[in-house]
Amino acid sequence: MTANDLGTLQRELVPAAGPASVSHGTIVLVLAPGELATTARRLRDEFGFDLLLDVTAVDWPNDALRFEVVHHLYSTAHRVRVRLKTRVGAAESVVDSLCALYGSAAYMERECHDMYGIGFRGNRDLRPILLYEGFEGHPLRKDYPKLREQPLVAYREG
Amino acid sequence: MKPMDARSFPITPVAPASARTTKDAAFEYLTTRKDELIGWARKFSLFPYPFVTACCAMEFMAVSASPYDTDRFGAALPRFSPRQADLLMVVGTVTHKQAPILLKVYEQMCEPKWVMAFGVCASSGGFYQNYATLLGIDKIIPVDVYVPGCPPRPETVIDGIMQLQDKIARSRHPIVTERF
Repeated sequence: MTANDLGTLQRELVPAAGPASVSHGTIVLVLAPGELATTARRLRDEFGFDLLLDVTAVDWPNDALRFEVVHHLYSTAHRVRVRLKTRVGAAESVVDSLCALYGSAAYMERECHDMYGIGFRGNRDLRPILLYEGFEGHPLRKDYPKLREQPLVAYREG
Repeated sequence: MKPMDARSFPITPVAPASARTTKDAAFEYLTTRKDELIGWARKFSLFPYPFVTACCAMEFMAVSASPYDTDRFGAALPRFSPRQADLLMVVGTVTHKQAPILLKVYEQMCEPKWVMAFGVCASSGGFYQNYATLLGIDKIIPVDVYVPGCPPRPETVIDGIMQLQDKIARSRHPIVTERF
């Protein structure tokens, strides 16, 4: 697969004609929340993207659709990467889980849930993985106060 | 290493007048202060517990290994049980999530115990100031000696050990009572 296939990918995968581009050699597809699971399944089954590299998010506090959930997929056969960007709003910051497609999604979605508070529909274990039980808020959101600490041990006096 | 002088070796041999005629009389009696004697023994038998969390671990290995060699100061043998250790070396960044573990390790150590904050992260949080990092282990446990540096040079660590040894030597050691 080469960059020439970008048009094919776009035609095949994004019927809503969301923008697609190539950024630093990575194909970037912008999806609606409802398209994520079906697109990822087609990428895996039909286009050979067999490796889920990362699940993360970007917080755009001034945008109407505040969060951009980012998935990176890799094809070990074609050595091509694809980035899926899914915009969701703050009120309904939930996307479909990719656990059923990629086993590695479980932990990465937990981490993304820790840091950004994104919900993953279908991931039944979203307990804190890097943070601890009782931690309030999501530290990589832009509105988390930079200096707010939530210590587990009482500080000594003085 | 410096030759032993009277200050580093506080025990002064005194031969009693009645014994001066015998051949090995020089060590019949020793005079010293009890605190000095115990302090001298303790300062050269530090058993470190390395609580190693981050990149300072590399420097800890460097200072433990033969080129710098903390064994020269009697602090060579790490004990990986806090119950057998008397020097807690906190080497690296401590997060809020780890703080309960550090506190538990400290509480499991027997008295007398000392704590070294190894590197700026353990001392003050270093360049971290965010949701995750404990800004210095002295917020939760008492610290005897702070070793600055990111990471500290082995010489800095050795200087820290020597300062701790001086502190131990100067301290009261209440194990020594009038009945000792």
